[in-house]
Amino acid sequence: MSDATALERVDAALERAARLEARLHAFLSLDAAGARRRAAELDAHSGPRGALHGLPFAVKANLCWSGVETNAGSALLAGYRAPYTATSVQRALDAGAVALGVANMDEFGFGSSGENSAFGPSRNPWDLARTPGGSSSGAAAAVAAGSVAFALGSDTGGSVRQPAALCGVSGFKPSYGRVSRYGLIAFASSLDCVGVLAPDVERVASVLGAISGADERDSTCLPEPSCSAPAPRSLQGVRIGAPREHFGAGVDPRVAACVRAALSELERLGAQVLEIDLPHTHAAISTYYVVASAEASSNLARYDGVRYGKRERGDGSLQGMITATRSSGFGAEARRRIALGSYVLSSGYYEAWYVQALKVRRLIARDFERAFERVDVIAGPTSPSLAFALGERSADPLAMYAGDALTTPASLAGLPALSTPCGLVREGDSDLPVGLQWIGPHGADEFVLALGAAWQRASAHHLARPALAQEAQR
Amino acid sequence: MSAAWQVVVGLETHCQLATASKLFCGCANAFGAAPNTLVCAVCSGQPGALPVLNREALDLGLRAALALGCNVAPRTKFDRKHYFYCDLPKGYQISQYDQPFCTGGGIALASGKFVRLARIHLEEDAGKAIHDRGAHSLVDLNRAGVPLIEAVTEPDLSSAAEAHEYLTALKEILQFAGVSECDMEKGSLRCDVNVSVQRPGGARGTKVELKNLNSFANVAAALEHEVARQIQSLESGGEVRQETRLFDAEAGVTRTMRTKEDAHDYRYFPDPDLPLFTLDEAHVARVRSYLPELPAARRARYVKALGLSAYDAGVLTASRATSDYFEAALRHNDAPKELANWLTNEVAALFSDAASGVRSIDELPFKPFDFAELVELARTGRVTRSGARTILRAMCAQPRAPRELMRELGLETVADSGQLERWCREALLGREKIVADVRRGEEKALGALIGPVLKLSGGKADPKAVREKLLELIRAS
Ligand SMILES: [Zn+2]
Repeated sequence: MSDATALERVDAALERAARLEARLHAFLSLDAAGARRRAAELDAHSGPRGALHGLPFAVKANLCWSGVETNAGSALLAGYRAPYTATSVQRALDAGAVALGVANMDEFGFGSSGENSAFGPSRNPWDLARTPGGSSSGAAAAVAAGSVAFALGSDTGGSVRQPAALCGVSGFKPSYGRVSRYGLIAFASSLDCVGVLAPDVERVASVLGAISGADERDSTCLPEPSCSAPAPRSLQGVRIGAPREHFGAGVDPRVAACVRAALSELERLGAQVLEIDLPHTHAAISTYYVVASAEASSNLARYDGVRYGKRERGDGSLQGMITATRSSGFGAEARRRIALGSYVLSSGYYEAWYVQALKVRRLIARDFERAFERVDVIAGPTSPSLAFALGERSADPLAMYAGDALTTPASLAGLPALSTPCGLVREGDSDLPVGLQWIGPHGADEFVLALGAAWQRASAHHLARPALAQEAQR
Repeated sequence: MSAAWQVVVGLETHCQLATASKLFCGCANAFGAAPNTLVCAVCSGQPGALPVLNREALDLGLRAALALGCNVAPRTKFDRKHYFYCDLPKGYQISQYDQPFCTGGGIALASGKFVRLARIHLEEDAGKAIHDRGAHSLVDLNRAGVPLIEAVTEPDLSSAAEAHEYLTALKEILQFAGVSECDMEKGSLRCDVNVSVQRPGGARGTKVELKNLNSFANVAAALEHEVARQIQSLESGGEVRQETRLFDAEAGVTRTMRTKEDAHDYRYFPDPDLPLFTLDEAHVARVRSYLPELPAARRARYVKALGLSAYDAGVLTASRATSDYFEAALRHNDAPKELANWLTNEVAALFSDAASGVRSIDELPFKPFDFAELVELARTGRVTRSGARTILRAMCAQPRAPRELMRELGLETVADSGQLERWCREALLGREKIVADVRRGEEKALGALIGPVLKLSGGKADPKAVREKLLELIRAS
């Protein structure tokens, strides 16, 4: 494939994406003309090639892409064309990547199954009756199906890692602030991270190298240079902490067994696996839902129908218009989070809920700090369950939230976390992927990626592809 | 009646900071541009856009704080204040809630009373909604994101007059410090008033908030009216409701806008897009070192060191521009009294005369150097006062050196003693009665002789020289 021109690669990707779209619904839109034009430009250009030269990629629908409909999976933003391009997207483009289309997602990132997209759910390439996970549902499905070389997603409480796990691809959430949030449609500003999904860690790392680094337009972005490509390293002597809490109740025993087997493999490769405790893990979900919903209720306040997006007249008054626009424009999950978030920020409840959640958040971060005094990296399952059937949890928000139990702790602590495929579990007629989550100390993004890459050089789990991807291979 | 009541007033004043750009984006902070032309993704609240603090705004806020003697917090943060309105693009305003960047400080009134400031915080302005254009409302976001400081007093004021004096002083200080234009007409200064009345020594009265006050005079008028309304209500056995009232300047009354029951829960919380920021002592010291001399200090110096009257000192320091102009002229002509006299009289007269084409000190087309020279010509008698006035007008039309204009217009006083004597002798002819009066010691009568001489000279004779020559001739005859 490396001899192919950018246009050949892009044409192949477009053909595959379009052919699979009816089954996967990974994309909200494909920009075939724009992608082909860009690819032709790259081919015509004789100068030095960017690190991502000619790689077709998908842009999650909450990353602004100038002139293209950037609706964040919400009916409220249907038809909204971003007037500017997100820093992360722009840097990928500047590195020679070609944006193929906009990937489907749960509305504003609210969900772990893709079913909260206002434009219909994406499907898991391993089993079309199942969810690809979420909220980067389309991004994970498109990467797993082989339609794109990588996807830019976002991860607030697991939205890159969990779908990566459920779709059998590699997905990385950087340290908070390592990639600019400028142009990422905000869900929870103190948790949101732009992340990367790709078939393997090496690709993830090269994309991260292109998109990370300081950005003067995001005050929370770390004043550090972009991530360098992780030097090849061995797993010899690496101390891996396996948190007891990540293998406990609520984790599918088949998932736990698969991850344990992977840890044994890592031991055989020279790593040392130690049992550790992260005692506040049980509080992560409730803490996360208080903090994230509070911030979401605030970040979503701008969708009032005045300046852009959908507008309902209501009773004709200004407040009537705003109320009608928001109640008909937001989906059920968005309304639920806004209600929850508004409640925990309201006077009289603020101290008991929001301030308390911030305290617990610090305890969770301290758990990690203590653990990293003993171990170099923490590993466990990414998702407590396998890909579940579409519709299975959509009526039960709490069951859905429970799926975030293992990804939210690293989000709350702002740590870099990677999900890599670690095996398949047979369920019914389907093989379903399991993801291993690697969590590193804050700022140790290159280290975590280097470990993931080292493992992938010594193992083959990441090479497993769904039948659908092979069928589409020409 | 009102002697039996104490009036308790607190003021909340918003001032737009005179920065080049807005508080959290690079858009220009300017007044009068076509609607929605000074906007970007950040200040129009586009999805995904993020605020980045403009350090210039922070420094101007800091300057205001230091000019007002406030304590600067070493660490401060921004909070989000939520409410829905069409001119608020993000659905929240970025403001400061529980950790304003400064507290304390205040302003001394002429009476010696010190009006304490509770706090000053930094926040962004909202846009402007226009509701009187047919079936639609229009929104202009040029103002959205413009930096403001809100200065909140303790309830230390006890009359409309004190409120007026405080506002005047605040405006002077902020203008002098280069913090804000403080132009109420352009909306760069806005004021809300909290007022209650109580019996001396009695329990604190219920507080009413007054809004929509677009001039200092309106603040005073609204206060007068509201105090009378509250007293009348209490004295007739009624009560004062906690509410917000709007002042209707035309009718001269206040009307209920919203009651306490409608009070908003703004759901303040720290803005996660903006990290905590620190104001280290070295930086505060640096900003302090740039602070110009403030009006009170300048007034005192004018009286003490320059010998000006308290009145002239007050007029000259009423605006930074006038005061700076005066100081600049003073560097070229060490005649403070004459300069002050000309600035407060002849130059001020230009502004009220449409024919001059100059409406304010900023529009004077000539430099302080030329002004200083003109005053010097008049002071030394090279030109008469009326001649100098003519030159001043000419300088407005064509900013050239006053000396040149004087020659061109033929206004130089005639120093030739022989010519002066000829004019005086001619004027004395046929005015023997006046001459007799002068001889008897009635020097006042001399005025009736000076006029005709000046007329004969075509304004070129120096009145002082004429006077001396006339006396000399009369005594000698
Ligand atoms: Zn702007």
